[in-house]
Amino acid sequence: MREILSGNEAIARGAFEAGCLVACAYPGTPSTEILENTISYKEIDSSWAPNEKVALEVAIGASFGGGRALCTMKHVGVNVAADPLFTLAYTGVRGGLVLVVADDPEMHSSQNEQDSRNYARFAKVPMLEPADSQECKDFTRLAFELSEQYDTPVMLRSCTRISHGKSIVELGERVTGLPEPRLEKNPAKLVMLPGNARVRHPLVEKSLLELSEAGSAMPLNRLELRDPSIGIITSGVCYQYVREVLPEASTLKLGMVHPLPQSLIRDFASRVDKLYVVEELDPFIEQQVRAMGIVATGKEIISLCGEMTPGRLRNAFGLPQPVATSPGKLPGRPPNMCPGCPHRGVFFALNQLKAYVTGDIGCYTLGFMPPLSAMDTCVCMGASIGMATGVTKVVSDEEKKKVVAVIGDSTFLHTGINGLMDMVYNNSPATVVILDNSITAMTGRQDNPATGFTLMDDPAHAVNIPLLCKALGVKNIRIINPLDLEETKRVIAEEMERSETSVVITNKPCVLIKREDVFLKGPVYAVDTEACTGCRACLKIGCPAIEWRPAADGSKKGKAWIDPLLCTGCDVCRQLCKFDAIGSEK
Amino acid sequence: MSRQITNILLVGVGGQGILLASEVLSEAAMLAGFDVKKSEIHGMSQRGGSVVSHVRYGTEVFSPIVPEGEGDILFGFELMETCRSLPLIKPGGIVVANDLQISPPSVLMGQEAYPADLVMRIQDHFPDFILVDGQKIAQGAGNVRAANTVLLGAVSRRLAIAEDFWMKALEKMVPPKALEVNKAAFKIGREL
Repeated sequence: MREILSGNEAIARGAFEAGCLVACAYPGTPSTEILENTISYKEIDSSWAPNEKVALEVAIGASFGGGRALCTMKHVGVNVAADPLFTLAYTGVRGGLVLVVADDPEMHSSQNEQDSRNYARFAKVPMLEPADSQECKDFTRLAFELSEQYDTPVMLRSCTRISHGKSIVELGERVTGLPEPRLEKNPAKLVMLPGNARVRHPLVEKSLLELSEAGSAMPLNRLELRDPSIGIITSGVCYQYVREVLPEASTLKLGMVHPLPQSLIRDFASRVDKLYVVEELDPFIEQQVRAMGIVATGKEIISLCGEMTPGRLRNAFGLPQPVATSPGKLPGRPPNMCPGCPHRGVFFALNQLKAYVTGDIGCYTLGFMPPLSAMDTCVCMGASIGMATGVTKVVSDEEKKKVVAVIGDSTFLHTGINGLMDMVYNNSPATVVILDNSITAMTGRQDNPATGFTLMDDPAHAVNIPLLCKALGVKNIRIINPLDLEETKRVIAEEMERSETSVVITNKPCVLIKREDVFLKGPVYAVDTEACTGCRACLKIGCPAIEWRPAADGSKKGKAWIDPLLCTGCDVCRQLCKFDAIGSEK
Repeated sequence: MSRQITNILLVGVGGQGILLASEVLSEAAMLAGFDVKKSEIHGMSQRGGSVVSHVRYGTEVFSPIVPEGEGDILFGFELMETCRSLPLIKPGGIVVANDLQISPPSVLMGQEAYPADLVMRIQDHFPDFILVDGQKIAQGAGNVRAANTVLLGAVSRRLAIAEDFWMKALEKMVPPKALEVNKAAFKIGREL
């Protein structure tokens, strides 16, 4: 059977066909949909973990118990999961373990564009790289087999264009006859104390060497001889761009990017006149090819930054570009918080309070955008709280009061808890605002340990965030309705004044939550055009439902208008209107 | 090069249903026996930002994104986003757009105006530009939400995919309760 699948759907399918029993992840663009698709296979126990480190550890446990396990994350997630990963390379596996990492060259939805292939080499773990959805499925299956055959975790590297690209896939059946999982003790292999680890490390090096040699004969590394004057070593989505732009060139398409199949590379290099390496981001393949003493051209003509496109590849090879039509000057269209988003009022208050806001990763990072303009730092998941502690260590007592960390519920549970523990332990006077919208919103509404549901939609214990903060030692915990602007501003101001750690928790859900009883839309609001003076106060919250309508006579006077199709009735704009010009239509 | 590829771009604003329209198009192309690839960006851009979905079909498709300046058809769900994507279309390409304006934040806040000359700007480069009042036609077909399907119908007439495959793709991709309205909207669009 043939279906059009995204790379992520195909990876999920590949895991199913491979007999995978456990899939675990923390959501992260562009990897999220893999686990959202493994749930359609009842044979796979799929779950969200609070962070990538825990997700990988769950997968490791499943593997040690004898089952095949999948763990998925975005590129920066590997930074969080790196600790178990590096030692997992030494223990090896029992059931096959595949770690999918989805990179985001061009940073479509990320804070950096680190190249995960370096992790494969650094952690001494084999890495496969598919070039379309069919390969996503086939390579995932193969990765499980290689994992058991070579006693190692195997990484599968995707990227935005592969994970979110769709192409036709021929489906297969799920394998049968895999050994039943059961407990089996093997401390020499699984307890990595120095004595055992010293025995394991040489085995890791040996199996990488074997895999490098075997790789030269594996069909996933494919030599395609066409015009011998140009030879291109490439992998993943870059292969597609090479075939698109340089259809006559000979190619060595690497399906395994670590370890490299050295004899195949030498063979290919000897058959072509001029050798190029076409890869996004780092010169990962190029440097290793050069270290083999082979002359190759790569990063002299291809950027270290951003993703590859057919046009960029044409430029690199000096090929003519088609004529581009100019659209003329257009207003930009940056992303924005949704109408009725409960984050809006908090950032409006922080802006008014002139707070120094250490930010975090989520929809609320959009609080950086004008007109809210109330975020001053954003580094990585969970960093807001630690950064706030650090800032208060160096600035004056007066400035300390301005420091507010802002973090979402999912991000707080991911890696914010330790930061708060430290903030209390080391007595920072900063204020933490936990924007609890009861969902992991930015990646597309995933559940988390505080929402009361699992990925499989089963009811679950919901972490009580105020009690958790209390247990960490926070004495001042305030819960606010972020749609009440006066209360929001007043409470945050009071807690900023305090000279010890305090936490303010918002209690309104994301407007996108689909469960019927969670987000309740209020009556739609409208502007009374008689009462509206055109003061523009309601525009200061940047709600997409409120539009400035210039006067018909072209004068500077105008009035606000509320789009009834977008308004959720959150009431925030009404509170800003001094002329009672905004009210519900009911 | 004998690879016959049709390059289509579907553009608009996050939340407009562009992904569903491009799914239907891809499915219809596969049913018609073509190789198909489709690509778009999820995540940040879906919070009301610009969305560009690439669909390519033909004998054998390599790149998942339409090479810059090689688009055959630009299928716009919103006027300004249609204009923004003109550089992706080849000279002489087909532009079909919904006559709909969605104000970006700077316009909502009254800092700048929504450009008034977009239709002219597009017509300057693409004289055969087709502007469709999708909302109005969809209303006539029974549901304003089927506006995308009206446009899809309008685009479908310019593609080498038989009507039967479009109907099968709609049956697979559209929820049953909305199917009849969407089929009707598609047929009206196909006559435009």
